[in-house]
Amino acid sequence: MRLLILLLSVWFVSVSVYAGEAQPMAENPVIEARMLALSKELRCVVCQNESLAASQAALAQDLRQEIRDMMLDGMSDTQIVDFFVERYGDFVLYNPPLKPLNYVLWFGPAILLILGFIAVFFSVRKRRLADDAKLSTEDHRRAQELLGEGERKQ
Amino acid sequence: MKVKHLLPLGIFIVLVVFLAIGLTLDPRKLPSTLIDKPAPDFTLTQLMDENKTISPGDLRGKVYLLNVWASWCVACRQEHPLLMELSKSGVIPIYGLNLKDVPQDGDPLDQPKRYNAKRFLSTLGNPYIISAYDEDGRVSIDYGVYGAPETFLIDKNGIIRHKHIGPLTGEALINEILPLAKKLEG
Repeated sequence: MRLLILLLSVWFVSVSVYAGEAQPMAENPVIEARMLALSKELRCVVCQNESLAASQAALAQDLRQEIRDMMLDGMSDTQIVDFFVERYGDFVLYNPPLKPLNYVLWFGPAILLILGFIAVFFSVRKRRLADDAKLSTEDHRRAQELLGEGERKQ
Repeated sequence: MKVKHLLPLGIFIVLVVFLAIGLTLDPRKLPSTLIDKPAPDFTLTQLMDENKTISPGDLRGKVYLLNVWASWCVACRQEHPLLMELSKSGVIPIYGLNLKDVPQDGDPLDQPKRYNAKRFLSTLGNPYIISAYDEDGRVSIDYGVYGAPETFLIDKNGIIRHKHIGPLTGEALINEILPLAKKLEG
């Protein structure tokens, strides 16, 4: 019974939380679509693993409203992105610009991949060289002898 | 032992060093882009007197702290005693930017808008010379505020020189903010 009550209350809480999600402004679907597309490219600074479009944080709601207002004022997407970068830095961009400060971010993974390929190439080549090593007649004789020994014991 | 055999250990050590540095960083702290830029201008009503306004222009010629706070902000309560002490010491003037302090869910419907913020100051003390009342949070967005409390150190020319994110600590005040303020005071 207790469990039931607990589950019910959890359900109620989650329903009420869900109800707080950003209500789309039906009055201007064009702006709304533009705003949603743009806010997917922006990070919510409060809950940093969410996009501005997905976040429930109060600040994110305000910022979405800010984007709507700026769009209504006729600002372009680039201008709005600049507005965000000015305040929160490149960090808010899910697609950070290619500039020297961000080179490691952009090229790091590719460089690591290439280094990995080089390492694999060398280790495979080395193994192949080792496989090719010829056995001397002495080795063959000794191998035969050991194998023979095993058979005799059985 | 061959150098080759030390390689995995070397990689491991490098990894550990990187991870250790990572642990000391707080990913919630964004680099402020506003440092050394002019404090964004605004004109807001004063919390205590809605007929009076305040704007950064009024504070030219002063080195001051601008503290973003709200009564709903738990960490603001945490830093509040320190602000009180600082304001009593008179070392540096503290101005407030009260962030979206409107009646919350559960407050009486007829409660005046500024009631919560005023009650906060009347019960806990008021460290601010003046608090600006940022009802819709627009000004705070201009200041790049993403969580109260945040504290800005602003110089005589209205340039932001330092930003502290989260509750002020005695350590941050003594080691960073106050020495810098003294330097700016000249």
